[in-house]
This record gives sequence, C-alpha cells and structure tokens, in this order.
Amino acid sequence: MKKNWPLWEIFVRSKNGLEHRHFGSLHAADAEMAMENARDVYTRRNEGVSIWVVESKNITASNPQENGEMFEPAQDKVYRHPTFYDLPDEVKHM
Amino acid sequence: MSEKDVKNLEEIFEARIARDEKIEPKDWMPEKYRQTHIRQMSQHAHSEIVGMLPEGNWITRAPSLRRKAALLAKVQDEAGHGLYLYSACETLGISRDELYEQLHSGKAKYSSIFNYPTVTWADMGAVGWLVDGAAIINQVPLCNTSFGPYARAMVRVCKEESFHQRQGFEIMLTLCRGSEEQKAMAQDALNRWWWPSLMMLGPTDAESIHTEQSMKWKLKRKSNDELRQQFIDQTVPQADLLGLTIPDPDLKFNEETGSYDFGEIDWEEFWQVVKGHGPCNKERMSARVNAWNNGEWVRDAAMAHAEKNANKKIAKAS
Repeated sequence: MKKNWPLWEIFVRSKNGLEHRHFGSLHAADAEMAMENARDVYTRRNEGVSIWVVESKNITASNPQENGEMFEPAQDKVYRHPTFYDLPDEVKHM
Repeated sequence: MSEKDVKNLEEIFEARIARDEKIEPKDWMPEKYRQTHIRQMSQHAHSEIVGMLPEGNWITRAPSLRRKAALLAKVQDEAGHGLYLYSACETLGISRDELYEQLHSGKAKYSSIFNYPTVTWADMGAVGWLVDGAAIINQVPLCNTSFGPYARAMVRVCKEESFHQRQGFEIMLTLCRGSEEQKAMAQDALNRWWWPSLMMLGPTDAESIHTEQSMKWKLKRKSNDELRQQFIDQTVPQADLLGLTIPDPDLKFNEETGSYDFGEIDWEEFWQVVKGHGPCNKERMSARVNAWNNGEWVRDAAMAHAEKNANKKIAKAS
C-alpha cells in the first residue's frame, strides 16, 4: 500500500529573544527529514537560529465555528483592564 | 443548512473581505472561494516547479562560478516558492498528491511562459529580467490577498524574487557591455522573450473570465491590462539603458497618457501554447512526470526507513 509522507508544521525562532513563530508546513518521512527540509525551505537567508518541527496531526486546533463560546466570554469582563477603574487625575505613577 | 442560511453566511463572508479581514483555512467559506483558490494557488505552485526546468537547463553550462552559484540559488528558490504555495493550497483540504496528479494529467495549468525554450545563455538574463519582472508585477498585489495562507506565502516569495530579477538584468548588462556577438545574443533573447512576457500578464480585460470575482476576493487588485501597461512602462527605460531595441515597431511614448502605446499581441499564439501546442509543452511535462515516477522508490524507501526507526524506538522503550 502506498503511504504518503506526513505533513509537518514548522516553527522558527528568528533570533534569540524572540519566540518561535509558525512559518509554514512541509512533507517529510520523519522528524529528522522534516528538520533538514525546514532548514532548506524556510531558512535559506538566515531567517532563523532555531527550528521546531511538529507533525501536523499532533496539533489540536480550536474551531472557528465555536469562536462565540470560546472567546466572547472575555468581552464583558472589562474589569480585567486597568482603564475600568476610576481614579482622580492627581494620582500619579499608577 | 438551508439555502437562506448559506446566503446569509455568504453575505457575512463578503463583508469580512470588504473590511480587509483575512480568511483562514478553517473559517467557513463559499465552495466557489475554496475552488477558485485551489485553482489559482496550485497553478501558481505548478508554475514555480515547472519554471525550474528552463533554467535548470543552464546550470551546468553557466559561464562562471559566480553565475552558476546565483542560478542554482534562484532555481532552489523556485522549488521553495512551489513548496510554500503547495502547502498553503493544502490548507484548503486538497492533498499534495492530488495537486501533482492534476498537474501531471494536464488538468491543472501552469504559466505558459515556461513552454518556451532557453536556447542561449542570454536567455537566463532575459528570463530573470522579463519573466521574473512580469511575475513580480503579478505577485506584489497578492501579498494583500484575502486568504491568509496565500498572502503569507506571497510575502515570502516577493522578498526573494527581487534578487532573481536583478541577477537577470546583470547578465543582460554584462552581455550588452561585451563583444558585438554578446550584445547580439542579448538582443536575440529580448526578441524572443518580449512578447511571451507580455502575454504572461494574462488575456486582455475583455477576454478575462475570472477578473470580476477575483477583484472582489482580492485575488486580483489590478486588471491584466493595467498590469501589462505597468510592466511595459517600467521595462522600456531598462531596455534603453541596456541599449537594446524592443521588438515592437508600434511602441511609442504617449505624452498624453504618460505611458507607452504598444502593438498588437498575438493572442492566437498565446492560446495555442495554453492548449499544449507550445514549443516545449511535451518536454516540460515529460520531465516533470519522469522526475515524479523515477523518484517513487526513493519516497517509498524514506517512508519505510522512517517506519523501521519508529518501530525500533517503540521496541526499545518497552
């Protein structure tokens, strides 16, 4: 039976001090090959100092159709923001 | 979902795009949006992959190590661009294998320009200068297209593309400053690549069937004719700088419009090449299909090796 190379998601840290960011995806037979291919596909011009490869099937993503239940509850909690609290102008450094 | 629900969703969807919001792969989208994007993105990816072939032809015969290293890097970039675009396309739920199958069976198209032969070294200059130049004009507006993965891939592609055009122009410049024969070679390359490059920007607006919908979805920001005019206006002065003559007796600067008027494009030739009757259609496709078929055992072996290693790890752990 024919088996296709699985899909991998590639995360690259552009320089120390920054987080790894999703750069794209590619196909590879295993993690080692995914790493080699990620270097050639996504960092040909010094775009990175560190690479993570994660097989795509291991990522659980939220469903945009459920964005309401997922994210709206945060919208009415204005008291989580500093501007919710009324303070007189004389108060400095706060 | 009822028809009314779908219509409602479509309206919300169109409004999001009109507000310049990006669409991400798991968002609801009209089926036509998905299909149109698969078609355009895969066509774009295929063009990058087939586009490696005419230039690959000259890697072993580049006149110096400097030129060879640059050409290799350019061809490698094109492979990379193809990969960015294929993976962006796969987010819409089509597999890489299906995409290749569409290319190899002729169901999917790629840019017709790559069905022309690269017969002299000057063609490497003309391809970089004109073909990549026209491609950049097509691609820059796509960095703002509505589908997130496509826009992100295009940002990366455009960043890398400008080296391609500059190295092409440098080849032309070197030839034009060289011997009589070298300059003649540059002129000959321009003569052969000029008109196909103009055709690359697509059929005239009157003939273009996808323009209106594509404008709405920001798959297109300018019409084919506008893009073509932009290409001509920026390229003619570059040809003057090289001391080369554009092979169009009707080409003339129009004081009133501030643009160049140009002669009739041979659309019959364009459609012939699109339909598969260009000078190299068969050669390109057979090179591509052979590479895929001959590589099958390598892909299978890599997969078998990966599985063996994974099983070994499990055995060790238990």
